[in-house]
Amino acid sequence: MTATVKLDEISRALGKEPLCGSLDKEVCGCYAGDLLSWVMSHASYGDVWITIMSNINVAAVASLTECACVIMAEGVEPDADTLKAAGEKDITLFSDQRSVYELCCLVGKVLCKNE
Amino acid sequence: MPDDVVRFCFDVDGDDFSSAGAASVEVKKRLRQLGISPEVIRRVAIAMYEGEINMVIHADGGKALVEVTPDEVRMTLEDHGPGIADVELAMQEGYSTARENIRSLGFGAGMGLPNMKKYTDTMHIDTEVGRGTTVVMTVKI
Ligand SMILES: Nc1ncnc2c1ncn2[C@@H]1O[C@H](COP(=O)(O)OP(=O)(O)O)[C@@H](O)[C@H]1O
Ligand SMILES: [Mg+2]
Repeated sequence: MTATVKLDEISRALGKEPLCGSLDKEVCGCYAGDLLSWVMSHASYGDVWITIMSNINVAAVASLTECACVIMAEGVEPDADTLKAAGEKDITLFSDQRSVYELCCLVGKVLCKNE
Repeated sequence: MPDDVVRFCFDVDGDDFSSAGAASVEVKKRLRQLGISPEVIRRVAIAMYEGEINMVIHADGGKALVEVTPDEVRMTLEDHGPGIADVELAMQEGYSTARENIRSLGFGAGMGLPNMKKYTDTMHIDTEVGRGTTVVMTVKI
């Protein structure tokens, strides 16, 4: 098990502020995936969820799994209604150019450093 | 009827992807208010979400009823969609009739019904082609 860190450490490692949502949340792990059924049953509370999905259903799954934040990878940006729904649900959302793999490594480093 | 049963009802809109999952999010919130354990809530949320999504993508919407007794959470998902011709086949992991436009949204992995079975204690499907489908699932508290 990795120790928990605050979401603002992820924000600092990414070098950017989120598009919406607060940074005052705890991060316990990381999950990467795009099939929503898989994410629903495998992501857990406090995960950083890395995905290339951008539609509004991402907001519902993020809310149900209680992940710490969503990072849309590979330059994917949220649809307007996704951003709106995420804002309303206080889901912290980042968009980043890096690949899913690079983002997993980056998040992994932050989590390991705090072990 | 004993009044230690708490009931929530939801209409699940068929042509509205943007609110898909709304009933599950609401159920989760209510169960938390009732002090149900996180593990039970997690299982209910997964099963309920998959059932809700199926009603949206396969059946043009329906109704969801959630009843909480001292012993269990019971979810009844009822639709008047096309029904399921071969339930055994539909239950297989990876089987899906979802079209490409649905898959591109991240659905149609063919994991819904298997997940609903996996994360609940009982699941019963009552379906008839041309009439609709009712799925009843329970999770012990
Ligand atoms: N409520 C429903 N009404 C009609 N058909 C359904 C319903 N739920 C599931 N099905 C059928 O069963 C198949 C498998 O469902 P599921 O395991 O949830 O996978 P998916 O939804 O990803 O296709 C669906 O593709 C569909 O053909
Ligand atoms: Mg499904």
